[in-house]
Amino acid sequence: MSIKYGLLAILDESPAYGYQLKTEFERRTASAWPLNIGQVYTTLDRLSRDGLVTPLDPTDDTRTYAITPAGRAELKTWFTTPIEQTTPPRNDLAIKLALAASTHADLTAIIQAQRTATMRTLQHYTLAKRQADASDTAWLMVVELMIFTAEAEIRWLDHCEGLASRPTPTRSDAPAAVTAPAQSKDKAVR
Amino acid sequence: MSVLQLDAVTRIYGAGASEVRALDDVTLTVDEGDFVAIMGPSGSGKSTLLAIAGGLDQGWTGSVTVAGHPLQGLKRDALARLRRRHVGYVFQDYNLVPTLNVIENVALPLELDRTDPSWARQSARAALKRLGIADLAGRRLDQISGGQRQRVAIARAIVGDRKLVLADEPTGALDSATGDDVMQRLRLLADDGVAVVLVTHEARHAGWADRIVFLRDGRVVDSTRVANDPAVLLAGA
Repeated sequence: MSIKYGLLAILDESPAYGYQLKTEFERRTASAWPLNIGQVYTTLDRLSRDGLVTPLDPTDDTRTYAITPAGRAELKTWFTTPIEQTTPPRNDLAIKLALAASTHADLTAIIQAQRTATMRTLQHYTLAKRQADASDTAWLMVVELMIFTAEAEIRWLDHCEGLASRPTPTRSDAPAAVTAPAQSKDKAVR
Repeated sequence: MSVLQLDAVTRIYGAGASEVRALDDVTLTVDEGDFVAIMGPSGSGKSTLLAIAGGLDQGWTGSVTVAGHPLQGLKRDALARLRRRHVGYVFQDYNLVPTLNVIENVALPLELDRTDPSWARQSARAALKRLGIADLAGRRLDQISGGQRQRVAIARAIVGDRKLVLADEPTGALDSATGDDVMQRLRLLADDGVAVVLVTHEARHAGWADRIVFLRDGRVVDSTRVANDPAVLLAGA
């Protein structure tokens, strides 16, 4: 979805052809989400079909596109509408830790290994930030997103480690479950 | 060249049932130009390590060497002299003297070491220039921001060309952007040959270091070193 609006935003500045749009999109998003040229042309075809962009000269082989008034209106709506992330994406790490916590896996070792890996990634992002052009705000914002995301993951891992090292809470009904297997089974079903 | 060397350092507080191993057999080498971050949960021994490295805590066993000088057996006066000449501290709450202005604060360690006052001033001015705040030299502390105060504290830490800076949560009182600026200053000092040891609980700031050492229950449980080539990155992230 963001590719469509990314292309519209670039075309809102000036007409461009497919390869220009690809390189400009990647430059502005710190190459974090590389596009393949096929994606770009498929998206341009859809935008053209919907009347949001138009080829400047249909006979021109370079296929340079310009944004239409309807495209500008669509872009404005996108910029002014908050993005709602309704369904959390599947998180392999959360699944791994949840399974480790409910089995005999060494949760502390798993957390430590992950923290080290994420910390190393964060060091790389910081190095990339140091080497960035300080005036390239768009690039810096994308790198900062990655730094904040890595930082949040490390804080979450720290928190999980704290949760895992708590003394196991004892339930008042636990002895009953041990002495009365049938009752325990009933509870499990409920 | 090694600026700080800890070999098998153990620090125990209390005895018997109340014994706590704040540091347990820790070995760490910090060379000129190294930027090392120490991380770990509360009570893992981070601040104890820093105190020992700076000669502020003496009840340890093992071996500690700062700028080639073994700390074992040094009397209090000798330790203080060694600290003034070789070790700079940066704290979360700056620890600047409110009745002194910026340049007087920075020159203070040299003046306490009985350096010629005009030379101390000259060195302080050079340190302020390294931190990009030479224009603040005559200001009172209440006339500068938190980020600027921390830069003054860093200037004080390196005045007289000290080669070891020990920073204990130096960004704790700052917002993330100002904290980044402080980290960038420490990074530049490391790039310029100063050895920096940073204690922090913030991964964001530890990310500026070359090496990150994780402590848990007084022991080093992991250590990461970043490659100098960031090419690995971003693509595919």
